[in-house]
Amino acid sequence: MAKLKLNLITGRTIHQGVAMEGGKEKDAYTKACGIIEMDPSDLKKLGIWKGTNVRVTSEWGSVVVKAVEATQGPHPGLAYIPMGPWANSVVNPKTYSTGMPTFKGVPIEVEPAINEPVLSSIQLVQKKCRGEA
Amino acid sequence: MSKSVTDVICPFCGTLCDDLEVIVSDDGKKIEDIYNACAIGAEKFMHAQAPERVKRPRMQQPDGTYKEVSYDEAVEYTAQMLFNARKPLMYGWSSTSCEAQSVGHEIAEKVGAIVDNTATVCHGTTLIAVQDVGIPSCTLGEIKNRADRIIFWGCNPCHAHPRHQSRYSVFPRGFFTNKGHMNRKVIVVDPRVTDTAKLADYHYQVEQGRDYELLSAFRVALRNEPLPETVAGIPREKIIEGAEVMKSGRFGIIFFGMGVTQSLSKNHNIDNAIMLTKDLNEFTKFSIMAMRGHYNVTGSGQVLGWQFGYPFSVDLSRGFARYNPGETSSNDLLRRGEVDAVFVLGSDPGAHFPISSVKKIAELPSVCVDPHITPTSEISKLHVPVAFVGVEVGGNCYRMDNVPIEARKVVDPPEGVLTDVEFLTRVNARLDQLMGGK
Amino acid sequence: MAEYIIKNGFVFDPTQGIKGDKADIAVKDGKIVKSTEVSSKAKTIDASGKTVMAGAVEIHAHIAGPKVNEGRNYRPEDKLFTYRPKSASSRMAGGFSIPTTFKTGYEYARMGYTTAMEAAMPPLYARHVHEEIKDTPIIDEGAYPVFGNNWFVLEYLKNKEIENTCAYISWLLEATKGYAVKVVNPGGTEAWGWGLNCLTIDDPVPYFDITPREIVTGLIEANEALGLPHSVHIHQNSLGNPGNYTVTLDTLKLAEGFKAKNKFGREQVLHSTHLQFHSYGGDSWANFESKSKEVMDYVNKQKNITVDTGCVTLDETTTMTADGPFEHHLTELNHLKWANVDVELETAAGIVPYIYSPDIKVCEIQWAIGLELALMAKDPMRCFITTDHPNAGPFTRYPRIIKWLMSAEARKKQIESFKHSAKMVEATHIAGIDRELSLYEIAQMTRAGPAKALGLSRQYGGLAPGMDADIVVYDFNPEKPHKPEDIEKAFSAAAYVMKTGVPVVINGEIVSNGNKRTLWVKAKVNENPQVMRDIRDKFLRYYSVTQANYDVSSHFVPNPHVIEVDATH
Repeated sequence: MAKLKLNLITGRTIHQGVAMEGGKEKDAYTKACGIIEMDPSDLKKLGIWKGTNVRVTSEWGSVVVKAVEATQGPHPGLAYIPMGPWANSVVNPKTYSTGMPTFKGVPIEVEPAINEPVLSSIQLVQKKCRGEA
Repeated sequence: MSKSVTDVICPFCGTLCDDLEVIVSDDGKKIEDIYNACAIGAEKFMHAQAPERVKRPRMQQPDGTYKEVSYDEAVEYTAQMLFNARKPLMYGWSSTSCEAQSVGHEIAEKVGAIVDNTATVCHGTTLIAVQDVGIPSCTLGEIKNRADRIIFWGCNPCHAHPRHQSRYSVFPRGFFTNKGHMNRKVIVVDPRVTDTAKLADYHYQVEQGRDYELLSAFRVALRNEPLPETVAGIPREKIIEGAEVMKSGRFGIIFFGMGVTQSLSKNHNIDNAIMLTKDLNEFTKFSIMAMRGHYNVTGSGQVLGWQFGYPFSVDLSRGFARYNPGETSSNDLLRRGEVDAVFVLGSDPGAHFPISSVKKIAELPSVCVDPHITPTSEISKLHVPVAFVGVEVGGNCYRMDNVPIEARKVVDPPEGVLTDVEFLTRVNARLDQLMGGK
Repeated sequence: MAEYIIKNGFVFDPTQGIKGDKADIAVKDGKIVKSTEVSSKAKTIDASGKTVMAGAVEIHAHIAGPKVNEGRNYRPEDKLFTYRPKSASSRMAGGFSIPTTFKTGYEYARMGYTTAMEAAMPPLYARHVHEEIKDTPIIDEGAYPVFGNNWFVLEYLKNKEIENTCAYISWLLEATKGYAVKVVNPGGTEAWGWGLNCLTIDDPVPYFDITPREIVTGLIEANEALGLPHSVHIHQNSLGNPGNYTVTLDTLKLAEGFKAKNKFGREQVLHSTHLQFHSYGGDSWANFESKSKEVMDYVNKQKNITVDTGCVTLDETTTMTADGPFEHHLTELNHLKWANVDVELETAAGIVPYIYSPDIKVCEIQWAIGLELALMAKDPMRCFITTDHPNAGPFTRYPRIIKWLMSAEARKKQIESFKHSAKMVEATHIAGIDRELSLYEIAQMTRAGPAKALGLSRQYGGLAPGMDADIVVYDFNPEKPHKPEDIEKAFSAAAYVMKTGVPVVINGEIVSNGNKRTLWVKAKVNENPQVMRDIRDKFLRYYSVTQANYDVSSHFVPNPHVIEVDATH
């Protein structure tokens, strides 16, 4: 399976904000944040259609999210996961003595995961804490 | 007949809009509609009274499910947890009032806790930079009335502070800026073509993580010193052009966000941005401002400041306040296993901390005080629901430019649901009993 | 309520002209009463061999508000070494030049200060000032909103509309729960909104086209028309610049021809603050010299002004002021970290750390000037002791200032220890001054004088029956020989401090948080629809908050002491 190397940044989107206020246990939140925005050229390189689930892996963890087309591109080589437990499953937790984990600029590998589901935020966090995911 | 409540303060982000209008039912009990809020603020108000709202505390059972308990039991568990812990972490504080923060600090001082707020994952690196080089800044009204050069560096207000540009920074017609955005030039620095960049006059699509170099390059350009052909992916000519745009204004402002506080250079990015601002003051009036995230993270920093002398990551465990980000900051403490209990109020680390920190919270005695069900509440041992500040209880808050605005109460909280202040006050009183009036 | 009798101390009370006689002070229900009015159940405090004075009144310090807190948060290093853990009756307390609010209350109380005025409140941030005042234990406090760069004031005074100015002042004092009309770098701080300044009293303010002269005289006229308890309180233009004494004299002269009108016993129309920073001669740092004599010659003969000294303490401290352009100038000089905030329609603030080193000639001269002002004062009821905390030094150094003022020997020792003592002696008058202030004069400069200037002489600053029971006992025997260090030691930690009839300090330790009050002035004026329309208009168009969200609600001032003034005529 081809794995694509990308640079990950995470952050806010208006949909993430609205969904968060509507309740993080709800589907809207998963739809808003359980995604990875990729440049169309990178989707092509990976050989997947937009809307395909992918597994994102970094040195610090791994998570399944839905790959969508970048809404604020073009940004080839750069991927965007809205802030939330999916993003935080793979970000660099090291603070380099500043207190601040490294939420932006995380080297990742992305591969198709067509048959793996995107978990809801609660399921994801509970499973990760139990060591099950 | 519905009634209108005006001048309502929105309790979501650091923009702290205070011009919301909430329509409530005739008996004043139900929120029916809202005007002037952005999509996020509107969702907050309209969802506050959702029927599935949690109304009583919930205690985690051995099988992982949650069972309803009384507030008295919740107070007891919380007080015992804090009393028995040697070094508890009391985290969050950014989505609640200053009055609540103050009671929380009394508790923290009593039990010798670490008090940390969401700056630790947001603008904490800004606060560190300010401690190194200071910060020339202003209030948002100064931008509205004077500013004609607006720079958004590493932030995306269209998504994160939706009404910022219309209320303060780009569109308003102020005293000296009566042509609104037609008087202004907007520069956006961002590795993506964000929705904010699409509205800007100039977009610098910097190579991600190389903002420090670009900041330095602008400072070099101001001094008319030579530059390499490209810096951080930006051609020399564009950098010189940008420096000219900045210099030629009457009053400039740099707004910045996570793009520079969270990427690898962290506080060094902000240090350099502040120094760029200071350099620009040689040519014209320039200020810089952090786009604070939560509606009262600034307030938490203020209350911590006047009570203990430091704005975040405050360690009270030795009986006097200590501050050393990297040592006394939440994520470092959790990763190294240096806290033995976690109390969260007014934020959601379960969703917003790296998962390795969240795992540690799940393993420890933990209390999550939050009106919502969140990833934090669902891995904590105890979830205590409370009233929404700014909707169901009033309280003082501080905007991103440190201006204090008092949030209002618009409707009552659900029957029997306590406010943060009420819950914390009960915990404080119980601790006094446990500690024998020490 | 509780009764006390403080027996047998050496009393220094300018209100009653008592100059060290032994006397008893009786307390009942929070007030001083005649000794005959307390019962045998009154608790006796033995003050034999000790000095007794009223609680001191701090007329000008930066202790509560946004720039103070920015100072705290941006200087973590200020907390090193001096943090005090909590005790049974006190919260943990830290910070050397910018103490936390708890420490501020405790340290003032330990020195026998029972009332303090926050020197500059930016009206838009008034709520913050009051949150900090609420968290400052023991001492009564008030705050001065700033008016000298306020767009309403600039526009009204340009058109010489005194009545409208009065209406606006009345409105703003009530909205911010403020105490007096403070003016900082008039006009210059509005110019700073564009990076400019006003360095003389005739430099016009960009766009508003009004001069500092017009701003100050207009505000004095309005203040007297209102009859407020305190006078206009001014930090004049050109602070800190060599040769600025001419601007100072020009500003002080603006008081000529005005007479104080009020029902509070105040006799001055202008209070000029931290005068040390404004008494500089020369035209560069090389020939920098003291002009304290020229300034005090004028102050001594012009009876309708009061001043405070702004004495330098020779510490590493933090400067913070609404004189925004000055702070930018300072960071260009010493390259230390600079914080700045411009406040829409109202004012600005700047913060820069500063080290007053005894090895630097300029600092040595500054030290001398502050003391010279007090030593040259002919009327100690018109010249008060301050350090413009924390600008010239922390207020915790007041005992040291008192020592220098009371002991020529202590001054001589300090001068001899200076690296450039020969050069600084040439540039100042201090070495030639033998005068040593007496305890009575110290009481005038720290108690009765400031209380009277604030219009509070009926309740503070004295020990006469009817006044608030704010009483201090110092472990200092004026009839025994002493060393200068004994003065500093005694005034650093009072033997006994009582605030409004409640013991708060015993042997230098805090025993109670007391029940502090916030002082503010409510001046009733005739209805003024014009001004109300102007206010509504500016909030709609220029402010970034709504008018409904501007006023400080009463629960931010939980224990108010409102001084009412009727200015309807």
